[in-house]
Amino acid sequence: MMPAASDLKIVTANDLLTGDVVYLAPDGGWSREIAQAEVLAGADLAAARLSAAAAQPGVIVGAYLADVAATARGPAPVHFREEFRAKGPSNYAHGKQVEQNNV
Amino acid sequence: MYKYNDFDAKFVARRNAEFRDQVARRIDGRLTEDEFRPLRLMNGLYLQLHAYMLRVAVPYGTLNAAQMRQLAMIADRWDKGYGHFTTRQNIQFNWPKLTDVPDILDSLADVEMHAIQTSGNTIRNVTADHFAGAAADEIEDPRPIAELLRQWSTDHPEFQFLPRKFKIAVTGSPNDRAVTRAHDIGLRMVRNAGGESGFEVIVGGGLGRTPMIGKVLREFLPKRDLLPYVEAIVSVYNLLGRRDNKYKARIKITVHEHGIERIRTLVEDRFAEILGRFSGADQAQLAAIEAAFAPPAYIKAPTEAFEAALERDPVFRAWADTNLSDHRNPDYATLSISLKAHGKTPGDASSDQMRAMADIAEAFAHNELRVSHEQNIILPHVHKSNIPQIHALLREAGLATANIGLISDIIACPGMDYCALATARSIPVAQEIAERFAEMKIEHDVGPLKVKISGCINACGHHHVGHIGILGLDRAGVENYQITLGGDGTQDAAIGARVGPGFPADEIVGAVERLVDAYLRLRTSRDETFIETYRRLGMAPFKAALYPQVRADAA
Repeated sequence: MMPAASDLKIVTANDLLTGDVVYLAPDGGWSREIAQAEVLAGADLAAARLSAAAAQPGVIVGAYLADVAATARGPAPVHFREEFRAKGPSNYAHGKQVEQNNV
Repeated sequence: MYKYNDFDAKFVARRNAEFRDQVARRIDGRLTEDEFRPLRLMNGLYLQLHAYMLRVAVPYGTLNAAQMRQLAMIADRWDKGYGHFTTRQNIQFNWPKLTDVPDILDSLADVEMHAIQTSGNTIRNVTADHFAGAAADEIEDPRPIAELLRQWSTDHPEFQFLPRKFKIAVTGSPNDRAVTRAHDIGLRMVRNAGGESGFEVIVGGGLGRTPMIGKVLREFLPKRDLLPYVEAIVSVYNLLGRRDNKYKARIKITVHEHGIERIRTLVEDRFAEILGRFSGADQAQLAAIEAAFAPPAYIKAPTEAFEAALERDPVFRAWADTNLSDHRNPDYATLSISLKAHGKTPGDASSDQMRAMADIAEAFAHNELRVSHEQNIILPHVHKSNIPQIHALLREAGLATANIGLISDIIACPGMDYCALATARSIPVAQEIAERFAEMKIEHDVGPLKVKISGCINACGHHHVGHIGILGLDRAGVENYQITLGGDGTQDAAIGARVGPGFPADEIVGAVERLVDAYLRLRTSRDETFIETYRRLGMAPFKAALYPQVRADAA
């Protein structure tokens, strides 16, 4: 059975200098790929990681928790807004999708 | 065109230096994001979905060739080689880095441009009729007034922290191309019985989550009283406007809650109080500004080549039919360059296209360009003899789309492809509608039809005043699109009415197609436009066309 949408979270934000979408990784650093994000199960852990992220104002802006689904390739977006953030705009091949297509 | 004086140049340079320091202090940690955010917004810098976005003011939509070239340079050097022209006659860059923004602002200052007050709860870029100074139906060029308002409102100490943003639009023509009835203040130039020119002052219009058509506050305001009267309005709003609820903070709600009579009394009282403080310096400044907006030195030349091209070249003729408008000088025309090539992003121009438009403006159009609120570029003054050559150059640049005013000339906000506030995408819907009607080759037969798309309830895509309005929403985690009909942004302004339940993304183009099919079936002749047919018959036949299944189920 699929876990309920609200069961699994990641911390995401925008990079202060570039504005790029970033994800909190298990080592406490920030990754530009959602698949590298630390998956957080449980409200307490999620809240703790979010507050740790918010304590890095020199690195990121606007940290929040987003729902994810666990997949074989790592965490994946549940809501379409997070899909666009993880990929880039649909009218040009700009943003993250450029690097993703080059892999 | 207005030229910066020493004061203007120093003011912008000082402001840029101040913002450079604020950026540095944000990066080294002396400013928190909460402290920095209002400062960056005052300077036009947003943080969007994928990146920062810089909104650059194009005052009343007027640009010269050097400015357009500089925008192209900025797009190449610090962005991704394009810019997005907006419904407030501005341009947005979607990918700047925070560390580059101070340099971008300095580059703008080099060509007398800036991004001041393009966001925040201040008086925003004053917009104007994009045909100003050229239109055959105009009483006076409204841009000197717009420039006066810009100078007065820029860094105005009383109005830097209004309850909410504040938008002013001005037109000098009876045919309203500036959507004055959907602005916080709309100014329509009129003449009184004595022939004196002045303004009809409209207040409390706006779109967004509570769309309202503005109400007439003063039927005739003499031109000399404009600044004290506008100051009185904003001053009354600044005290009375609600600061407890962001969604009730715009002046349209203030007018709605207190009534136009009460607002009128307060404004007139305040006007009487402050009028004496205006010593006439504003009128001296206005006279100087008016001199800067003198008409261009029109050339005299035969126009036979233009007439011949119309006869000879059907492609040119089709384009001329939609993209040229009457100019006050019968040997001239006003030329609209469509930024709505079928399948492309409405309002976007590449840096190469910007340079092509700048070159054409410099060579053939008295060095002047305009950004229209409908997200196209206008060459206000072109002699007819030059138009065939301009058309050929536009074709080479991919800018000769013949669709001004037609169904594919769609206003669309950036939507969830870029905007942090959006609830759904707008751009792909606009692209698909345009492509569908291009395939069917019927848009010239359909004729004038304004489709406007917003990706959230804030209505940056003006969907409320679209003949067909489309509003993108998030319905249980899926993009869903509501349709409104009968909106109008002209002097006959009307808010469109919602027809019924929304459509998923893969059904919205078909829904628009059914509406257009219904119109073609229902119109009395080709001379009756979509909006005229809608006004004659009302919503019912269009609703039936939009929801055929409902009708079948009920039968």
